[in-house]
Amino acid sequence: MKRIISILLENESGALSRVVGLFAQRGYNIDTLTVAPTDDDTLSRLTLTTQGDDHMAEQIVKQLHKLIDTIKVVDLTVGPHIERELMLVKIKATDNGVRTELKSCVEIFRGHIIDVTPATYTVQLAGDSDKLDAFIEAVREMGIMEVVRSGVSGISRGDKFLRV
Amino acid sequence: MELLSGGDIVIRALKDAGVKNVWGYPGGAALHIYDALYRQDDVYHLLVRHEQAAVHAADGFSRATGEVGTALVTSGPGATNAITGIATAYMDSIPLVVISGQVPLTKIGQDAFQETDMVGVSRPIVKHSFLVTRAEDIAETIAKAYYIASTGRPGPVVVDIPKDVTDPSHKVPYIYPREVKMRSYQPTDKGHRGQIKRAVKILIGAKRPIIYAGGGVVIDNASEQLIALAKALNYPVTNTLMGLGCYPGTDPQYLGMLGMHGTFEANSAMHHADVIFAIGARFDDRVTNDLDKFCPHATIIHVDVDPTSVSKNIEAHIPIVGTCTSVLEEMLAINKDLDIKPDTDAIAEWWTQLDQWRADKGIYTASRYEESSGSCIKPQDVIKMLYKVTNGEAIVTSDVGQHQMFAAQYYLFDKPRTWINSGGLGTMGFGLPAAMGCQLAFPDKDVACVTGEGSIQMNIQELSTCSQHKLPVKIINLNNAALGMVRQWQDMNYSSRYSESVYEDSLPDFVKLAEAYGHVGMKITHIDELETKMRECFAMKDRVVFMDIDIDRSEHVYPMQRPGGSMNDLWLNKTEST
Ligand SMILES: Cc1ncc(C[n+]2csc(CCOP(=O)(O)OP(=O)(O)O)c2C)c(N)n1
Ligand SMILES: [Mg+2]
Repeated sequence: MKRIISILLENESGALSRVVGLFAQRGYNIDTLTVAPTDDDTLSRLTLTTQGDDHMAEQIVKQLHKLIDTIKVVDLTVGPHIERELMLVKIKATDNGVRTELKSCVEIFRGHIIDVTPATYTVQLAGDSDKLDAFIEAVREMGIMEVVRSGVSGISRGDKFLRV
Repeated sequence: MELLSGGDIVIRALKDAGVKNVWGYPGGAALHIYDALYRQDDVYHLLVRHEQAAVHAADGFSRATGEVGTALVTSGPGATNAITGIATAYMDSIPLVVISGQVPLTKIGQDAFQETDMVGVSRPIVKHSFLVTRAEDIAETIAKAYYIASTGRPGPVVVDIPKDVTDPSHKVPYIYPREVKMRSYQPTDKGHRGQIKRAVKILIGAKRPIIYAGGGVVIDNASEQLIALAKALNYPVTNTLMGLGCYPGTDPQYLGMLGMHGTFEANSAMHHADVIFAIGARFDDRVTNDLDKFCPHATIIHVDVDPTSVSKNIEAHIPIVGTCTSVLEEMLAINKDLDIKPDTDAIAEWWTQLDQWRADKGIYTASRYEESSGSCIKPQDVIKMLYKVTNGEAIVTSDVGQHQMFAAQYYLFDKPRTWINSGGLGTMGFGLPAAMGCQLAFPDKDVACVTGEGSIQMNIQELSTCSQHKLPVKIINLNNAALGMVRQWQDMNYSSRYSESVYEDSLPDFVKLAEAYGHVGMKITHIDELETKMRECFAMKDRVVFMDIDIDRSEHVYPMQRPGGSMNDLWLNKTEST
């Protein structure tokens, strides 16, 4: 099952490589990884997604917690949460028919066309990973030139929050 | 405020961290630090002959004393030579601080001379690591390093210091922090009270209990509490390879070591137990054998300071995260207050069964091997003799192989921190440098390094360090002219095809070799001379003595778990199994 793990980390050199190294060392896969400083720039917020059963998820969370730079770790998947991913897609759009079809598709998915050339459209889309996957399927026939996905960012719903 | 250079700060901070000895080896990137070392008398440096040995010696010192060990190496090859030592300490949770020189900050990343990304290379085998980028940060970093190394589940910490950060011409204020606080690191101490109470009740209710105690009890100095609990309940105890000595080896409640080369009675008791109380142990694969067949009847109580160890290999019914000492003390207190007592009839019945197993197949109730005669010296008899000659009071270090298992089985350790071996990583070459660390810590004690002709040659150069620093360790070389443990597996699994496990008459004359280093060498080829020679050896208090003992080349270590079986599926000798 897909897991979304959120980590609050000291924003120090080497901290990220310890997290990534841990996954390699323990034989876990990282499917996506996003990281950036928070409003407090001594802290980084990291979201990563992986696959695993409950036992594995528990081990991953414990192992991550054991890293000295880690302040907090949660497996967001165990409670209500929101996930968002940003995607940029460049699509071949020389044909007028394709352009029209693409525009309506972008509208349906609530995306934006953020760059246009005589030969290409670049689309920006945000949402959960399934929605992004669905968009890719919808436009695949039109001729995808490039896909850039940010990886998942996650946050829990309601009153819970991850802070020092 | 006092102004000091980075180099001086390193040494001063070591002193303020309580460090008295540093094992190391100089080189370009560490020379400012070595110069600072020269200009003071507080921190004593021991020059080794290879950086791996520096780390093992610091590690041996730490294991024997419980203090943090310290090693100092230069960048590049100095740092990479230290890696095996660091990995060894990491696997056995030994607190070390390893300070490595690094190329100047201005050169990092340029493939400079003797540049290795030490923080990167060591990352998977350290508890934590630091790259110091300002002289002002050295003291605080060193304070943090000692704090991290020694608290929680201990482990090695690397402090990598670029040469320009130790520049003698750049002076900065020296402040050693009085206290270390880290928001991201707060090791657990006391376990959950409710859980502990549940654990005590389950333990008291057991009919076939066993206490399975590991290296965590040694590390946390919790032997006294462990003994008190075992005595209060009259329960049997088994120790892991890393736990030997944490429960007295000569106590009647002790069943011997468990696991791959554990005793029949300990492994059988585990397999049939209804409650296993695991403390400071981690259900290692060298203990459990096949996980699917592991102890089918047992309720498992697992105490460990490291939450990742609990329920990692074996799901614990009662997990308790806390230090061994605090949890055991709490258990003792709860046990006193509770009005339930162990079922003495059931426990008596259990003891009858345990004693039966001991009598039938135990290695302490009868010799389960053919005894020595003439020039056929059995390794087991050498260890028994070592025990006799040293009154069971020596600190015994070992290398890795058959000799290690014979030492673990036949030297009955009564005290923690007297059995010093590389259990987790299984590092050949650990024994001699570790013995140096122990001898430094306890100059008046007998320190014996039980080794094999294979292992000893991995760090034999340290015989020279022993001379320079007057470390009169005794080397007991169980010479079977082979990588014995490898050969045993080849006998058992590869129809005795001895692929690269023998040396074809290329072994050195160890007596002459010892003498070349200025030590005493002895060759033993006959069982009748063993006792006299060994007594002579240990009578030479201020000499290094190398006893090269020709042992039976065909001997195997038994018992031995059959792969893929349960804990008590054992080979008992070459022809019999359970
Ligand atoms: C550094 C290292 N390399 C290889 C091994 C694998 N290994 C384990 S035991 C052993 C043989 C050790 O031979 P020796 O020191 O003579 O001990 P014996 O088994 O003969 O008593 C070997 C090669 C190891 N443990 N460590
Ligand atoms: Mg050998």
